[in-house]
Amino acid sequence: MVSICAILLGFVAGAVLMMTSSSNPLSGFMYLFQGGLKGVSRFCNTLAYAVPLMLTGLSVSFAFQTGLFNIGAPGQMLIGGIFATSLALTLDMPRVVMLAIVISAAIAGGTLWGAIPGLLKAKFNVNEVVSGIMLNWIAYWIVYITISDNFKSATIDTESQAIPGAASLREPFLTRLTGGSNLNLGILIALIATALVVFILAKTVMGYEMKAVGFNSSAAEYGGINVAKNAILAMAISGALSGLAGLTFYMGYSNNMRIGIMPSQGFDGIAVALLANSNPIGVLLSAFFFAILQTGKGFMNAMMPIPPEIADTIIAVIIYFAAASKLIEINMDRIKGFVLRRMGKAKAKKGGQ
Amino acid sequence: MEEYVVEMRDIVKSFGSLRANDNISLRLRKGEILALLGENGAGKSTLMSILFGLYKADSGSIFVRGSKVRITSPNVANELGIGMVHQHFKLVHNFTVTENIVLGLEPQKGISMNLKGAAERIRTLSQKYGLDVDPNAKIENISVGMQQRVEILKMLYRNADVLIFDEPTAVLTPMEIRELIAIMRGLISEGKSIILITHKLGEIKEVADYCTIIRRGKLVDTVKVSDATQQKMAEMMVGHEISFVIDKKEREPGPPVLTVENLSVKNTQGSLGLTDFSLTVHSGEIVGIAGVDGNGQSELVEAVTGLCRSEKGSITINGQDITRASIAQRIHKGISHIPEDRQKRGLVPDYTIEENMILEVYGQPPFSKHGLLNKKEIRAYARKIVDDFDVRSSAGVLSKAGTLSGGNQQKAIIGRELQKQPDLLIAVQPTRGLDVGSIEYIHKRIVEQRDAGKAVLLVSLELDEVLQLSDRIVAINAGRITGEILAKDADENQVGLMMAGVRGKGNPQS
Repeated sequence: MVSICAILLGFVAGAVLMMTSSSNPLSGFMYLFQGGLKGVSRFCNTLAYAVPLMLTGLSVSFAFQTGLFNIGAPGQMLIGGIFATSLALTLDMPRVVMLAIVISAAIAGGTLWGAIPGLLKAKFNVNEVVSGIMLNWIAYWIVYITISDNFKSATIDTESQAIPGAASLREPFLTRLTGGSNLNLGILIALIATALVVFILAKTVMGYEMKAVGFNSSAAEYGGINVAKNAILAMAISGALSGLAGLTFYMGYSNNMRIGIMPSQGFDGIAVALLANSNPIGVLLSAFFFAILQTGKGFMNAMMPIPPEIADTIIAVIIYFAAASKLIEINMDRIKGFVLRRMGKAKAKKGGQ
Repeated sequence: MEEYVVEMRDIVKSFGSLRANDNISLRLRKGEILALLGENGAGKSTLMSILFGLYKADSGSIFVRGSKVRITSPNVANELGIGMVHQHFKLVHNFTVTENIVLGLEPQKGISMNLKGAAERIRTLSQKYGLDVDPNAKIENISVGMQQRVEILKMLYRNADVLIFDEPTAVLTPMEIRELIAIMRGLISEGKSIILITHKLGEIKEVADYCTIIRRGKLVDTVKVSDATQQKMAEMMVGHEISFVIDKKEREPGPPVLTVENLSVKNTQGSLGLTDFSLTVHSGEIVGIAGVDGNGQSELVEAVTGLCRSEKGSITINGQDITRASIAQRIHKGISHIPEDRQKRGLVPDYTIEENMILEVYGQPPFSKHGLLNKKEIRAYARKIVDDFDVRSSAGVLSKAGTLSGGNQQKAIIGRELQKQPDLLIAVQPTRGLDVGSIEYIHKRIVEQRDAGKAVLLVSLELDEVLQLSDRIVAINAGRITGEILAKDADENQVGLMMAGVRGKGNPQS
């Protein structure tokens, strides 16, 4: 409920901004959504763009559910990505084997990069936000050095070589089917990961322990739960998810890794998780929603004099209100009353006619 | 027509399907202390939260000094002169006393705060009402009794005329309770009026003029305290007869279950909170630790349960050394622990009741197999505990534990710990926050454990409880044993002296 209010308020803000650039908000939004959704090709492009967001959203929300703030998602994407990319550019094996290798590599890299802040937190009480941010930059430079020294593209200094087709998540059959879109096997990875996360948190002993530690670590300790182990495990799983996000971005949506870029999807995952209130299914929808805004803004800008940054503004306003959810909750009664009165008036009007 | 300073008429408030307040009316005269008596979950806190503006009643009206009012928030309540001293203090721990009192009403001098002026006003108020506080001390460093006085001053600073006290004595030592009663009398003599939410019948008799009794959301009656006996009030509260005396037969204790030898444990400040402590609890025996809060009881319990490491000494359960064992291992060896702080240690508030009931046993069959939880078994287990121990909630075992009243949370925890059929039950303040009916039930269950051959280590700040329940009493002061005596030979004064540090008879150490 809060999320819906936040989204609506974001749209209101967007509408106001559209009007200041002398544009009709309704047309503006129509083009925005058309740009994101109209036609198989566009729809699938949006879906493909959403995949890394789904995974980082899952990663951050998983950490949130267990009481931790995984701001190291970008670093985990990078390390997961570089592990996978290195192997993809070094080994030459049949497709199925390559896919298994790169997926495992991405998971391993992400798990490692997530476990480190978890370990530091559990053993030395180092704030995971601080360690996460520092590790983001360490990952950034590891990618820089590794690609520059070993995998540099022949034509562009700041890119790695192209990922060979056998290792890439791009599937020609899918690309043809969806009208030449970027949709790739990553969507499968995202869906399977979501199912696993839901399963772990709802049905397993491991999930029970992790949530208990996240909700009240003193009571968890009292009950005999190993708080340190679970904190590390939660961050490791969270890291693995972001590692997979890196895989789907660099070797699915994209075709190589670029150096000198901190992947924004890592931070956007936080916004996705926040809007979804850390609910896994909500994360899928929230990621898709963010993707619509990002892929649709180009089309909107082409059809009307509305700057594409409006989409970013809308996202920002939504995040603001999602974070200030308390504000909406306090006024919820008032909002409900307002809506009900409006509905009552409409009914009365109808009845009177 | 006598004018009431506060009148609540026909208040109705529901939470989902639970009717917390069912047409309750209450009247407070000026200069009067009105006790609000009821079992946990009866609706007392809800009613007072409505008066204080934290909740809005579904229907009914409130009159303050004869005029109808709408109390929409605590700020409005404050403006009307109504103040509440909460059971769980609302203080910022790393702020000073002064900063806490002025929080929300900061006195400004240009763009900076005039804390000195506030401190002066606080000093005047504290002298006028006999509320001894140190305005510059940080909350985290002062005693619970002083923290409560800060809460009271918060209200007086805002010119409250009507003060609502929610279970004020639950967190105080016997001496602090006497001080509080004197403070309340002082407030009355200065023209204030007090509503006292409590179920300590002795205190009601000592300090209240009238008593309004609530049961399951409905008003039972309002009686003049001088005309009613404790027995009568208790029976009105629970709706049936109550026995105040525990029926406990003599029993020969069996072999030792818990043996603590020369245990020394550090406290949170880094010095020794428990020194050279030795104790044995046998099967079929209740050993009660009598002492003023903060004299080593917490360190003893935390060391035995594994929540903290001991510096030296040993702990043995049924002959097995557990001094370095993990908490999970100790639970497995048959230790149950009813914790001192139910909200910090005892429950995960965001988990449902059923998820909380398996907090220690989730890893064992039948609750899980191969790492997967068996929801059906868990639900059945939780339902049994809730039924056995009369845990009331808005949505049964699916209610979030944080939404239960304090007393019901305590019952759930006790139910969970007793259901495990432990060899050793460590009960710390087991009946804190519980009403007379529940106390009777819990005491009965603890005696049952002992009769069934279990060992019970009881730590309680209520001397009556220790004297009544225990077979053997050990007095503790400054981390050491100051006396040991059989309960049947003990009397209150003797144990009180031992608690205060005067070495008593039967003390093995010099």
